[in-house]
Amino acid sequence: MQLSLASQNGQTAREEGLDQSPLAIRGLTVSYGEKPAVFSVDMTVVPGQMTAIIGPNGAGKSTLLKAALGIVPPVSGRVQVFGRPLDHQRARIAYVPQRASVDWDFPTRVIDVVMMGLYRELGLLGRIRGTHHKIARDCLERVGMSEFAERQIGQLSGGQQQRVFLARALAQGADLYLLDEPFAGVDAATEKAIIGVLKALRAEGKTVVVVHHDLATVQDYFDNVFLINTRKVAEGAVAEAFTPESLQAAYGGRLATAQIEQIVRPA
Amino acid sequence: MLIDALFLQLGYNATLVAIGAALLGAASGITGTFLFLRKRALVSDAVSHATLPGVCVAFLVLVALGGDGRNLAGLLIGSAVSAGIGLWCMNWLTRNTRLAEDAAIGAVLSVFFGFGVVLLTVIQTLGVGRQAGLEGFLLGSTAGMLYSDALVIAAGGAAVLFLILLTRRPMTMVAFDPEYAAARGLPVDKVDMLMMGLVMAVTVVGLKVVGLILIVALLIIPPVTARFWTERADQVVILAGVLGAVAAYLGAAISASAPNLPTGPIIVLMSFALFALSLLVAPNRGVLAAVLRHQKFQRRVHIRQGLLALAQDQTIYEPLTLRLLSKRGLVRADGVATKAGRARAAKALRDEHRWDILRRDQAQEAAAALYDGLREIETVLTPDQIAEIDRKISTPKEAC
Repeated sequence: MQLSLASQNGQTAREEGLDQSPLAIRGLTVSYGEKPAVFSVDMTVVPGQMTAIIGPNGAGKSTLLKAALGIVPPVSGRVQVFGRPLDHQRARIAYVPQRASVDWDFPTRVIDVVMMGLYRELGLLGRIRGTHHKIARDCLERVGMSEFAERQIGQLSGGQQQRVFLARALAQGADLYLLDEPFAGVDAATEKAIIGVLKALRAEGKTVVVVHHDLATVQDYFDNVFLINTRKVAEGAVAEAFTPESLQAAYGGRLATAQIEQIVRPA
Repeated sequence: MLIDALFLQLGYNATLVAIGAALLGAASGITGTFLFLRKRALVSDAVSHATLPGVCVAFLVLVALGGDGRNLAGLLIGSAVSAGIGLWCMNWLTRNTRLAEDAAIGAVLSVFFGFGVVLLTVIQTLGVGRQAGLEGFLLGSTAGMLYSDALVIAAGGAAVLFLILLTRRPMTMVAFDPEYAAARGLPVDKVDMLMMGLVMAVTVVGLKVVGLILIVALLIIPPVTARFWTERADQVVILAGVLGAVAAYLGAAISASAPNLPTGPIIVLMSFALFALSLLVAPNRGVLAAVLRHQKFQRRVHIRQGLLALAQDQTIYEPLTLRLLSKRGLVRADGVATKAGRARAAKALRDEHRWDILRRDQAQEAAAALYDGLREIETVLTPDQIAEIDRKISTPKEAC
């Protein structure tokens, strides 16, 4: 009965999607100063799949992610995570920020950074126990960094730093993973390691959302795409939404038609 | 005299000052570490300078109410209020204007301090009795320190330490990666506010001992010094506390050992001495260690280049290269390779060829990325892999 009602009424269907989706964004506008970086964007992330957020430089990709996490305050709009307000669901979200967002000369070791992922389990005063160490080491193992546990983070290469950030997110044991340009400026070995971990997460039924810049790998890596250029341009399964038309609409003159034909391979 | 002072044998007041200073040093070193890690060290300078108008206004109010203008509690409350206003102004400026934090610090620091100095001058010309102690807040004055003053410092220091023990994890997370901390739902603004509140508390408590101009040294120098010795934030915190306490204790003892030595400035100089020592001799991050590391590296480069030159029958002109090679018995005094030198040179050249093959191999990208001209290929590949490469070298056509 409810189903038939929903299908008759578009609004109801929309709200129902909002209830179930790992990440549902409605009418989100974010602005730095008086110029919106993201304008009135709706997004509904499909559970248990991998979604790429793509768009040209300055299109608001990272801003969308940060607003979804409450790091940047929105001007308007709302965000729901697994059907509830963001603040009730913090434990179920893991965030991997851009590598350049921190000072890598900070006095901390690889294992200490991963341990920050266990912040909730540890609480304010809880002692770090063997079980916590084991979780942290397992997470480092999953990203292929166990031999670097005791290193100061400044001694790592860019790709290794990115993997440490991913390990910290894994330690949270979250259901929804949001990554900001994890493949930017990393070596091929790291890219392979990261995509392997993300696919393993998907196999476990977790949801993964990635701000992505490399159009050539979209079809290989992701199930869904979300194209943005301040406004939403297209959203859906890669086969339907990652089309020459939507790329043209998102990138405008920045991509020549010939380039687009190279990027979008027929399925 | 100095020995007596160090072992607290110089009488009641000197003992009180030394213990009080050590407590203050520990509290400010530990608090300052989080400020340093958050890269907001100079904010504390603005906060401390902003205490001066509060001290003066509190004095005037106390006198107007007919009380003793030198009541320490009253003056400290006044200083805390005006430091709070200064902090609020700074936050407002950075948040609501396009001014960067350094500009806001400069503006608040100078305006509040200037206003404070004007008030101080006015108080002096007013001639209301017993104002002489107020300048003591500028550079600290421990001469007349009372037991109750030491108690204020002890209680303030203990409260600060307790709060830091409670919030060290969120504060470290916010300092390292504020965006990640916010994504986890940590109230980043409130954590920052708490940190500045603790800095304010340490500043106010320390006014009497080191004065508002120099308290910034007690907050910043210990963590900077500690950073030389360790790569872990928790150890920086503890070490900064210890270094702060040691410097303050030594400074207080030295200033008590001779007449007319100012306590605050001597504490700062002690702190600096520990810093200078660390800067020089610390392992890894110290200057000496860096120089030695660079020299060692330079020697490796010269030897490697020299060997490759020998292998290709080139003449070596660089005196340092020749000296290094001959010291190791690889060349004779006239620059001709010895037998050992020829063997090492041939190996160096063969390794270069091996690296060439390796770096052309797509499948070996990770290993090839380790090439830097100096690295021994045996540290990257197993003997089997090297033998495999050697086969490719001997039959170049097959490899293509």
